[in-house]
Amino acid sequence: MAYNTLIVLIGTSLLGAVSGLVGSFTVLRRRALIGDALSHAALPGLCIAYLIIQRRSLPILLLGALISGVIGVFIVTALRRATRVKEDAAIGIVLSVFYGAGIVLSSIIQRQPTGNSAGLNRYILGATASMIRQDVYFIGGVAIFCAVLVFLLYKEFKVVAFDPGFAEVQGWPVLMIDLGLMTMVALTVVIGLPAVGAIMMAALMIIPAAAARFWTNRLSVMLLLAAAFGLATGAIGTFFTAHFATLPAGPGIVLVGSAIFVISLLAAPKRGVIAQSLRLREFRFRVLDQRLAAELVEAGGSATLQQLLTQRSWSEKQLNRSYTRLEESGVLNSVEDRWTFTESGRKYGAKVVRAMGLWKLFLSEHPQLASSFTDLDAETVDETLPPEIIAELEPLLAQQTATGESHAG
Amino acid sequence: MPVDAILAETASMFARDMWPLHLWTVGTGIVGNAACALIGCYLVLRRMSLLGDAISHSILAAIGTVFLLTGSAQFIPIFIGAIVVGVLTGFLTQLFQTLADVPEDTSMGVVFTTLFAVGVVIISQFPQHDLDVTCVLYGKFEFVSYTKANVFGYEIPEAMLRLGGSLLVTLGFVFVLWKELKLASFDSELATAMGFHSGFIHYLLMALVAVVTVTSLESVGAIVVIAMLIVPAATAHLLTDRIVRMMLLSVLLSTTATILGYLAALYVNSTMSGMIAVVAGVQFAVTVVFAPTHGLLGKGFNNLRLRLRIAREDILSRLYRMEESQTSAAKEPVTLTRTQCRQLAGGGFLGWLSLSAMRRNGQVVPAGDDHIQLTAIGRSEGRSLLRSHRLWESYISKHFDLDADHLHEPAHRVEHYIGPKLQEQIEEELDVSSVDPHGKQIPPAENASKQGE
Repeated sequence: MAYNTLIVLIGTSLLGAVSGLVGSFTVLRRRALIGDALSHAALPGLCIAYLIIQRRSLPILLLGALISGVIGVFIVTALRRATRVKEDAAIGIVLSVFYGAGIVLSSIIQRQPTGNSAGLNRYILGATASMIRQDVYFIGGVAIFCAVLVFLLYKEFKVVAFDPGFAEVQGWPVLMIDLGLMTMVALTVVIGLPAVGAIMMAALMIIPAAAARFWTNRLSVMLLLAAAFGLATGAIGTFFTAHFATLPAGPGIVLVGSAIFVISLLAAPKRGVIAQSLRLREFRFRVLDQRLAAELVEAGGSATLQQLLTQRSWSEKQLNRSYTRLEESGVLNSVEDRWTFTESGRKYGAKVVRAMGLWKLFLSEHPQLASSFTDLDAETVDETLPPEIIAELEPLLAQQTATGESHAG
Repeated sequence: MPVDAILAETASMFARDMWPLHLWTVGTGIVGNAACALIGCYLVLRRMSLLGDAISHSILAAIGTVFLLTGSAQFIPIFIGAIVVGVLTGFLTQLFQTLADVPEDTSMGVVFTTLFAVGVVIISQFPQHDLDVTCVLYGKFEFVSYTKANVFGYEIPEAMLRLGGSLLVTLGFVFVLWKELKLASFDSELATAMGFHSGFIHYLLMALVAVVTVTSLESVGAIVVIAMLIVPAATAHLLTDRIVRMMLLSVLLSTTATILGYLAALYVNSTMSGMIAVVAGVQFAVTVVFAPTHGLLGKGFNNLRLRLRIAREDILSRLYRMEESQTSAAKEPVTLTRTQCRQLAGGGFLGWLSLSAMRRNGQVVPAGDDHIQLTAIGRSEGRSLLRSHRLWESYISKHFDLDADHLHEPAHRVEHYIGPKLQEQIEEELDVSSVDPHGKQIPPAENASKQGE
């Protein structure tokens, strides 16, 4: 591998890793697009820095970018806090107006005799291939800074990321913690601008973190995963684009990230789409099995397929499958064409009927609570409802059953 | 620069033969930006402002795909592709939200950056063609007047025709779906409950944003589109609560931004599109500060007035309490020093302001050197304040489970907002207990006490 490619590879991998780490917090904080705002708001600062010093000195240009980026984020926060302007509009305003100012300034720079050497265009779409050793040092420095800061202030960042309201009530200095967070975001975005450009930088701040979110509910795991995804995104993206001359590096890297995102979206355990639909299927089966059992209890313990088919809107196929499942678990067996409870199956049937009765009562007694007690994973009603509610409903159910039986009698 | 030179430059800028060119260009900008500003009102109200940002970036994927399939960048196929991609952006954003609980902003960020990357990758496969990504970002506003089409013998810039079309479509959309849009923007759940699908309106809006964006993109560039979709509408929203006025104001603001931005860009010889966005930003900034009710100055002024009133009332009620607790039969005049008053009012300038206002209102008079005492007016106001304080204490002690030592704090805050009418209501509700939870007398209402005397 050529030396240049190696430099670029290290640079983009590090950039991806730090973006994933820092982006995790903005994604959790529901401020994913702040990176977008920042990367656009950095442009005028960059131009002003160039106009002042009149030469391409990376540290000073980046300092200018950092300052105007931070001012942009500050304006977004101030607008949200002090006026009726909502966060989305505030981000949009800062993004477009700052960027507009940046374009005006850069057109002024381009008219200057030395203008073309400014190469400011690379900050818009990025020029990954022209990354040099100095860039990698900068990115490495920011990565170490952010990693140390996250390590030191882990608890603070965590509480603010998940529940800023709670944090505020508990007396955490939310504003200061947010400021620390935004400093990391600003540093990362600004350092990445020359490498991958404004839009791609916004993407790197979002995509690895969003992908990592599918795999875990623990912040520490998510941070590591996001950093790993970011690293892989940068490395694979650079590796690919280096081999195909016509592929631009920035967009190539982003597309690798998108691929990781889609794979996570589909394949992640629990939160992934496939796992979720499997669980939904299983849930539907369970509901069907329980309905079949309840129907059989009502029919006095056994019934033929034909009888059952007239009772409810279910298909023969559904019923047969449900029967097979219940037979396998030893609840039902077939006695002269009639589906009949086994000895242990009777208990299952009674449990199902009780659970259904409790649910019906719960829904009629506490309809306003119902939506907060739905859990696809809970096997039984006793797992789902709090014990005190069950204790309250049990006597009602007993009463109902008694009157029901007396009616029937 | 000497004045003569400035004048000469301005004169050359407005040289006679340049007039039609300037007018056509500005006119085209005004028409296109008006369409953005109209749609923007709905985006801002529905908190979907960033959709404009997202769609104008996603559209690159449409341009790329059309280029890949047809080998050229014709307007009509790109137009259709843009609508598809625009709706797709919204659809995918929503899909990730519902399928896997991805927060909206994250979802949108993933979708539009990915589509943008797809677009850039495709376009960069055709380096020999003149399809410049930066042109999509900046537009070529300066040159819109040069490509003209012949319409009934008149020479009209092509861009004007397209943007005019998009403005007409936008206006038609707004007129036909006026009620639905309004309801869906303010209360989408009610809208759905009332029988028209607010999801449908949502996607229609997205398609329209795509139409407006793609027609404007080539002439004014993505940045102006994003700016015009958000900034004038947000500015107008600071100035009014009525949607009709908001839309008119938004269009007006986009027009002034276009004209002023154009002139400023001509003057400093810079990019028109960037300058228009900057002027829109300046208009917004001025509005944030000076808007009558929602501006920072207006709000600050109201806050200051409230603080001064509270400061005055605190001094009055303190003096009244002191008079009340005075047990000696001698009834010496009760006074506070000016320094004590200023401390009560929060000190400094605020204290000085409140004291002088109280003297002007005749609530207090100077007593001896550096002291003040209540006048009859001040006394009755102090009594009324103490009445609302103690009524409120009784009220919350009756209705909330609070210890007696927790009653003073909330009552101290609320006493400034309870007028005579509310006092009466509370008194009725309390069934006239004339003693507060601390065992202190609640002063009766003014007219009642007079009857007693």
